[in-house]
Amino acid sequence: MTGFAGHGPAGGHGFTVPVLQLGDVLLVTLQGELHDGMAEQLQQDITARISDSRVSGVVIDISGVEIVDSFLGRVLAEIAAGAKLLAARTVLAGMRPAVAITLVELGLTLPGMRTALDVERAMEMLGVTTRRGEGSP
Amino acid sequence: MQVSVSEENAEQEPVAYQVSAFLERRREQIAQRWADAALFRTVFTVSRDEAVEAGRAVTAALAAVAASGRVDDIRASGFEAVRDQLGRMAASRARTGIDPDGVADEVAALREPVTELLRAEFGEPYAPEAQEAVVALTVLMGTLRLVVMETTVSAGEELIARQREQLHEVATPVIKLWESTVAVPLIGTLDSARSQVVMESLLDAIVAERARYAILDITGVPTVDSLVAQHLMKTVAAARLMGAECIVSGIRPAIAQTIVHLGIDLGTVLTRSSLEDALAYALSEQGVEIAPLRAAGAAADAGTR
Repeated sequence: MTGFAGHGPAGGHGFTVPVLQLGDVLLVTLQGELHDGMAEQLQQDITARISDSRVSGVVIDISGVEIVDSFLGRVLAEIAAGAKLLAARTVLAGMRPAVAITLVELGLTLPGMRTALDVERAMEMLGVTTRRGEGSP
Repeated sequence: MQVSVSEENAEQEPVAYQVSAFLERRREQIAQRWADAALFRTVFTVSRDEAVEAGRAVTAALAAVAASGRVDDIRASGFEAVRDQLGRMAASRARTGIDPDGVADEVAALREPVTELLRAEFGEPYAPEAQEAVVALTVLMGTLRLVVMETTVSAGEELIARQREQLHEVATPVIKLWESTVAVPLIGTLDSARSQVVMESLLDAIVAERARYAILDITGVPTVDSLVAQHLMKTVAAARLMGAECIVSGIRPAIAQTIVHLGIDLGTVLTRSSLEDALAYALSEQGVEIAPLRAAGAAADAGTR
């Protein structure tokens, strides 16, 4: 499966992680497990998108992730470091309590990474205000 | 080998059987005498009949144990019938404030009346066979004493385990102090099991209250060593991963000194001396200002005049 995701530059085959652009913020939603090939693809996608369009912030939503390991911790740190080199701030959003406890027990406290309770708060931190009840039908 | 074993059995069994038969025969008498002994008298204060009944049950159990030939085995099946009752009796004595040594002495005091009765069974009270029977009975009573102590100890252990669990549940409330601000007042020593509970309940509260600031107040923590500091730092790190900023408050001067002397680096942790200061920090970060109403009113008055 790891080889599958890394086949072409497009990744494709339903195994890529969706990267959405909202204004000047990239929203990356991680779900389930992240394999080696997918992680590499994702890092390339994000850096390419940051340099192509004018992106000032990246929000990584991990509310759909239930299990973390040191690999995912390292990938997240690398994404943040890469984004920082391109002058974009990264915010990690929506970590579950169980995941936070596991990471701390593993000694992965992700220093230097900004965190937020959920995507809404993360957007707020990046200066994008989302107003509830206004504009939505 | 086999011969010697069978010889040994042949020697021992009759004595144990003898004691068993004696206990069966004299059950009523023994029970009556025990009812007057300190242990039974103080446990069964309501009626003497109850005490006699309990004495009968214990005597029957002893007879069963003696009949099985396992007079020195505290796990002998004969004891099972009265184990609960002995436990209740010991617990009832413990409730009146008597210590385990006292209970052991009271159980030991049960031996004397029975030994007297047993000696009376023999025409010659100090004949070798009488002595042998008395020794067997003494061993049996010693085993009874051990059984009582064992039930007491295991009952105590159960109680301790239950209370420890209750303590975990009770001692870690998470309080919402303000919008997006929660606090955990930590009371007592912080061990790894407790800090786990604290961490879990704090993280759950952060999600439930959508908290931006979490205050860990350690006013009630008697001592802080490197292990406690490590637990605190883990909790702070986990809260930060959830997107909440953690403030450790209530660090008494003595504890601050200890932390410095131990060389514990709390540099990454935001600290305040009191819960009040921590709350003030959290509020000011959220742009909330608290000013006394009267001062504001006085200022307004001054303005109009």
